[in-house]
Amino acid sequence: MSEIQLLQERTELPLVKAINEGLRAAMAADESVLLMGEDIGPLGGVFRVTDKLQAEFGSARVLDTPLAEAGIIGSAIGLAMRGYRPVVEIQFEGFIFPGFNQIVTQLAKLTNRHEGAIPMPVVIRVPYGGHIGAIEHHQESPESYFAHTPGLRVVSPSTPHDAYWMIQQAIASPDPVLFFEPKSKYWQKGEVDPAAPSAELHRTRLARAGTDCTVVGHGAMVTTLLQAAEIAESEGTSLEIVDLRSLAPVDYEPLLASVRKTGRLVVAQEAQGGASLGSEIAATVAEHAFYSLQAPVLRVSGYDVPFPPARLEGVYLPDADRVLEAVDRTMHY
Amino acid sequence: MTEQTDLAPLHGGADPEPIRFLDEAGRYAPTATAEEFAAELEGVGVEDFTQWYRDMVETRAFDDECTALQRQGQLALWVPSVGQEGCQVGLAHATAPQDHIFPAYREHAIAKIRGVPLLGIARNFRGLTHGGWDVTDPANGNFHLYTLVLGAQTQHATGYALGQLLDAKRAAADTAVEPGEAGTATGEATMVFYGDGTSSEGDPNEAMIFAASYQTPEVFVVQNNRWAISVPVTRQSRTPLYRRALGFGIRAVQIDGNDPLAAYAVGRRYLDFARTGEGPGYIEALTYRIGAHTTSDDPTRYREADELETWQRRDPIARLAAHLRTLGVEEPFFEEVREAADRQAKQVRDAILAEPDPEPDSMFAHVYSAPHPRIEEQREWLERYESSFEEADAQESGSTASVERQLPAAAAARGEKQGVAE
Repeated sequence: MSEIQLLQERTELPLVKAINEGLRAAMAADESVLLMGEDIGPLGGVFRVTDKLQAEFGSARVLDTPLAEAGIIGSAIGLAMRGYRPVVEIQFEGFIFPGFNQIVTQLAKLTNRHEGAIPMPVVIRVPYGGHIGAIEHHQESPESYFAHTPGLRVVSPSTPHDAYWMIQQAIASPDPVLFFEPKSKYWQKGEVDPAAPSAELHRTRLARAGTDCTVVGHGAMVTTLLQAAEIAESEGTSLEIVDLRSLAPVDYEPLLASVRKTGRLVVAQEAQGGASLGSEIAATVAEHAFYSLQAPVLRVSGYDVPFPPARLEGVYLPDADRVLEAVDRTMHY
Repeated sequence: MTEQTDLAPLHGGADPEPIRFLDEAGRYAPTATAEEFAAELEGVGVEDFTQWYRDMVETRAFDDECTALQRQGQLALWVPSVGQEGCQVGLAHATAPQDHIFPAYREHAIAKIRGVPLLGIARNFRGLTHGGWDVTDPANGNFHLYTLVLGAQTQHATGYALGQLLDAKRAAADTAVEPGEAGTATGEATMVFYGDGTSSEGDPNEAMIFAASYQTPEVFVVQNNRWAISVPVTRQSRTPLYRRALGFGIRAVQIDGNDPLAAYAVGRRYLDFARTGEGPGYIEALTYRIGAHTTSDDPTRYREADELETWQRRDPIARLAAHLRTLGVEEPFFEEVREAADRQAKQVRDAILAEPDPEPDSMFAHVYSAPHPRIEEQREWLERYESSFEEADAQESGSTASVERQLPAAAAARGEKQGVAE
């Protein structure tokens, strides 16, 4: 096996490499951590997230599996019962559905069924989201299905530093974690500091402070929101950008504090808006910050249609202009 | 063991006769296919068979008691195992203490033999819990919880067996799992149960693919009881089910599922293969669900009385009783077993009816292993809500006001303020 070199110093890394380093650190720290998935061995995964890990840790810890998502997730459950901490890679978000039953009826419910006797420390890594011009099932945002399911935790990093730390935090969790990776940002670089842990797994991050309107999103959307904030500032509107990080549970206190300060909230997501995480956040904020709101909470989402062919992704996916359109509406309500 | 790994039947050969040691009259009359497994019965004698018989009768009495409890409205549902006790008892006794068992939901005899109190199963069907026993307690014999989504447990079993294999590799400082490699001796195995209907689900098929790929120390057991609720096995498959396993590269045989000796002998051999690195196996036990699928089912709508009568004559309890008589076991034994079984069933009845309902806040207790703010918030809300009724009751006491629907204190106060009077 090749030598294992852990990330030692603050380094500028693309997000894909930050997750790779986070997995390496978690595997080195805990021998019960296993990686499982399709093409994750010599190839390093189709996005190279597991690059070199099989050479370093051996094929008994980085398992190339048969091509069957239910089998991968179902086996991971059995391995967790045996005391392992499996980290499963789903190749693209659209391919998680053959394993949906194992996630929703088993993984999410087993600790409850066992009345707490058996924890379920399984992490399911899911590259998700659009902006990559790909074919059907390769650009979607299915997070809400999982956020709706009791027993699961759902997170999504937006920066390389968070990606490095959050994957390790997710692996350390005794509960199942759906780890949604913004695949369009895999190659976006940022500084990763292996000596400065990021916030706890289920905390929001203030991505940009502002005073006039709060805008919240997660994953790749955070980049779009920061672009929108730049434009808004040039037009005299100060946006406060909250990076959600955790979709289940949602860290509401900082979000409510922000809304109480600005009096306005826009929720942005790539997913379709109907019965979505954005709907849930809008309802909860309206319930808890009603007297602070100057305007209704607005959602900026994908349309309630199947993700369109790639040539239309720019129309479907909320961009800075769509976000600013909603900001304008709330500011002039 | 060439017969077990030879895939020739796939290419048109006839199916061998199902493995059987006891014929329907309970005489020891092994089939030709049974001979190679006969060595597994060496040292097994009348003392073992009387225990197996006792296990079957006690399970049957419990089963009948639970059906009665359901009819009396005391259980939400019951899943009878009547008729399938033969293979269950043989296979359960074939397992070793270190093995793990993943049942579907009709494996009451196996649960009992592995050490799970039958009351635990009844607790589940009374609606007191989704589990019923602590799998991590060694007293429960590594018998995992019932799984109601058909076939899901086959993958958990395969993952568990993969964990047994990886543990053995680690102990041997072997860091590789190569495609196509030979099996690894583990010293322990996993046995998983499902039925003929479930064989059509995707999960058990994927589980077999993983088991064959990694050579997991695992034995798949399909109790082919001929009926998936109302649909006959001929709707599920045009080929004997054991042949499917051969197609996955897994050794497989068909046994007479109402002969506990066949189940024991083949179970022993296959578990031994699994533990010694010879890879997974698959046992199709031909049996019959004499009872209904569940207490919600009415088999007279889809089965012929003749068929039922034929299989009632093959009842595994009657068969083993007949065999015991050939071995000289006399009537007082059977009477004593009957009485003990009835006594135990009555104890389960008394105990289950005395079980308190779970506390309301228990539904929040184990959704997650680590604290979760939403769960905490809702648990506290429910507590406040429940206690507000008590406050409202306290305020009402002594008053002559008639309140048809109790209001929580806060809501009652608000109604007063707004001038809403009942």
